[in-house]
Amino acid sequence: MSRLGTIARRTFLIGAAAIVGGAAFGTWRYRTPYANPIAANGIGAITPYVLIDASGVTIITPRAEMGQGIQSTLAALVAEEMDLPWDQVRVLHGPPAKAYYNAAMFAEAVPFAPTDESWLAETMRDVMAVPAKFLALQITGGSTSIPDAYEKMRAAGAVARVALLQAAATRLGVTANTLKTEGGAVIAPDGTRLPYTDLAVDAASADLPDVPPLKARADWQLLGKTLPRIDIPAKSTGTATFAGDIRLPGMRFATVKMNPHLGAAMNGYDDTAAKAMPGVEKIIPLGNGVAVVANTTWAAFQAAEAITFDWAPAAYPASSADLKAQITAAFTDDGLDATPRDDGDISTLTTPALEVEYSVPHLAHATMEPMQATAHLDNGKLTIWVGTQAPGLARSAVATATNLPSDSVEIITTTMGGGFGRRAEVDASVYAAQVAAAMPGTPVLVTWSREEDMTHDMYRPMAIGRIRAGLTEDGQISAFDFSTAAPSIMASLSGRLGLPAAGPDATLAQAAWEQPYTFPAYRIRAYRAAPGVPLGFWRSVGASQNTFFHESAVDELARLAKLDPLEFRLRHITHDPSRKVLEAVADMSGWATPRPGRALGLAFAISFGTPTAEVVEVEDTPDGIRITGAWAAVDVGVALDPGNIAAQVSGAMVFGLSAAMRGEITFAEGRVEQQNLFDYEPMRLSQCPDIQVRVLESGGHIRGIGEPGTPPAAPALANAIFALTGQRHRDLPLSRAVTFA
Amino acid sequence: MSTTLTVNGTSATIDLPPDTPLLWALRDGLNLTGTKFGCGVAACGACTVHVDGVAVRSCQTPLGDVAGATVTTIEGLGNPDALHAVQAAWIEHQVAQCGYCQSGQIMQAASLLSETPSPTLAQIDEAMSGNLCRCGTYPRIRAAVQDAARRLQEA
Repeated sequence: MSRLGTIARRTFLIGAAAIVGGAAFGTWRYRTPYANPIAANGIGAITPYVLIDASGVTIITPRAEMGQGIQSTLAALVAEEMDLPWDQVRVLHGPPAKAYYNAAMFAEAVPFAPTDESWLAETMRDVMAVPAKFLALQITGGSTSIPDAYEKMRAAGAVARVALLQAAATRLGVTANTLKTEGGAVIAPDGTRLPYTDLAVDAASADLPDVPPLKARADWQLLGKTLPRIDIPAKSTGTATFAGDIRLPGMRFATVKMNPHLGAAMNGYDDTAAKAMPGVEKIIPLGNGVAVVANTTWAAFQAAEAITFDWAPAAYPASSADLKAQITAAFTDDGLDATPRDDGDISTLTTPALEVEYSVPHLAHATMEPMQATAHLDNGKLTIWVGTQAPGLARSAVATATNLPSDSVEIITTTMGGGFGRRAEVDASVYAAQVAAAMPGTPVLVTWSREEDMTHDMYRPMAIGRIRAGLTEDGQISAFDFSTAAPSIMASLSGRLGLPAAGPDATLAQAAWEQPYTFPAYRIRAYRAAPGVPLGFWRSVGASQNTFFHESAVDELARLAKLDPLEFRLRHITHDPSRKVLEAVADMSGWATPRPGRALGLAFAISFGTPTAEVVEVEDTPDGIRITGAWAAVDVGVALDPGNIAAQVSGAMVFGLSAAMRGEITFAEGRVEQQNLFDYEPMRLSQCPDIQVRVLESGGHIRGIGEPGTPPAAPALANAIFALTGQRHRDLPLSRAVTFA
Repeated sequence: MSTTLTVNGTSATIDLPPDTPLLWALRDGLNLTGTKFGCGVAACGACTVHVDGVAVRSCQTPLGDVAGATVTTIEGLGNPDALHAVQAAWIEHQVAQCGYCQSGQIMQAASLLSETPSPTLAQIDEAMSGNLCRCGTYPRIRAAVQDAARRLQEA
């Protein structure tokens, strides 16, 4: 029984219809694009976020907690409007439900740069929220959770507060405007405290009010401040429950071994030796691999290694060199996927000052927690405990794979040991479901070995960037012609999910076309390479490579113009928030201060709408290049939790620097060559510099922060190494050419 | 075949083959799930526990080798109502993000501080570099280890 299920039985839920059956979905009105989104939204759509029972208030935070602190910030949005003290706040992820659609994910999928706040751009973003609502996509990703929740979760808290006030007014026989709320209670004129827990029954049965005005920022008690994260005590005492920590009576432990030629079939296998091993109970064929069920995960791992397989060959080119050749071949008229920017007249660029090619490799997500899920088929009802960024997709995939009706499948989203896009995939859920379906009545935990996880990812694509650019005599960029080619993530994803994919893949040119540079001629072209290996969303997605291409080239042009890279960028940017993050990071890092034996590199990008500038400092040591400092400045529009934002940016830089230094997945004979964390080795503590982050607030659109810290890290490091050594490195990872201490 | 050892102050008998790694004996045999599986090859440190007071990678420690030994896991180091100084420092510095590596980080830090009560930054870097963190919490880990050292000395 899930905790939510237990609570729902004895709880009075404000806006109850929405949470149990998603019934509120039908009451939502298809609003005109111009209306105030809060005023026009059906109330039932706003309120499935507050649960009150005798023991307290629980806030439903329907986005995946994968380390980014999202559940704390989402809870603070509701708690702020309810006047609920932070130490009384409890959170639950909640079930997959249409009510928890992510509108911001769609709102940013419009052909307007984030810097474009024109009437047309705003209108289009507003319109795009409507399909998100009707598709009911509950997804955590794309740095969208906060932009999506900022108004609707505050509104949920405000509605709940008014309902509780009204319940108190009725009980006391006074008008609501004589009452106030404080400390999780309604306070009567004579000082009598009516705790929310005592009022919940009445409040839940009353008609919900219209959304009242939200608090002014000056009145915020929780938002805008760094709050202690709700999940941290459990994570510091070994008591947080990840998907692999579920223990149920009679539970078995399993693992999977799938064809290393990704997506290809299994022609046959011999499990004679494996079946005879101690503790092994069952071996279940799963189409393109098998599951081994045993009395411990270790026994399952050992037995999986003892099976011999006849694997069908891979359908894609067998080696990294062959995969790269496919990408190189895409730079043709037929391969052109989109030209999202074409300012000025690029044909004036006849004698480029710079004409270069960059490349990045495939990357794995390598979350600290390997893929795992617990599943239990009990009397026709299948329950899956899994860390998933997309519980709705997981549920439908599980239902399809097990031939169960969707409403017989319950997905319980656990806290997750890193996501970075990997847990938007449904494979771990589906395999666990298939194993559970083969052993009705027995709960089973399916844990992938690290090797299985590393070699069966949906990878960040390999990509190539080509830049031609011209300079004027006074050191201005006259023309900037950027082309990139990669296989399409969206085509790979929609193929796996059986969804249609139409039109250009916006991730190909992501964070290339929407930069605020004012080059007179500025063209961005994206070429789609032939499909290769399975691809997925990797923290910051297309920005992870395009910012490396773009910002390395801008740095190269600054050097050719014999100008300081900061001054050079500022000469080409008028967008005020972007200038401010550049100036801030320069100030923080002491950009202009010489430092003997060391050097600085700068990079900038707007990604996911968030202007981000980063500086990396490197030193040449006898053991190799050492990163000795890192600084970042970001503008999130409105900073709800500055400390958590800084932690996200700092961590995202480490993620980007890890990949830039030595992150690389290679293919040979159709298989991934890297196996574990010694040959795909993230940055270690001794290599990590002190990292300073400054959070700016332009007051514009509120922006997400899970991803924007990653893209500038790689070019800032490469630019720093150039400043130190004079060597320009155009291919990642840098470890191909550089030794890191 | 069974192995008897002391886990978090209590005698435990585990009926699993002696080559079973201590990690899986704890997680699947005793349902002590605070100790995490990350790599299985001692490359990440997520499975770190104390055997007779010293940090070891439990994924590389056969159960048969710890017969009669005293094992401490994250659950035995402290608990939410009675935190160990390292755990208190971890919470104070808001170290965790996803949290999956943090049991191992905390056990490694506690072992370091029991051997080296006032570690230098270089000693912290050396002792903690076997423990990977993909969320990039390293700067806060450094700060929390230093804070925990102060707490332990004041205690």
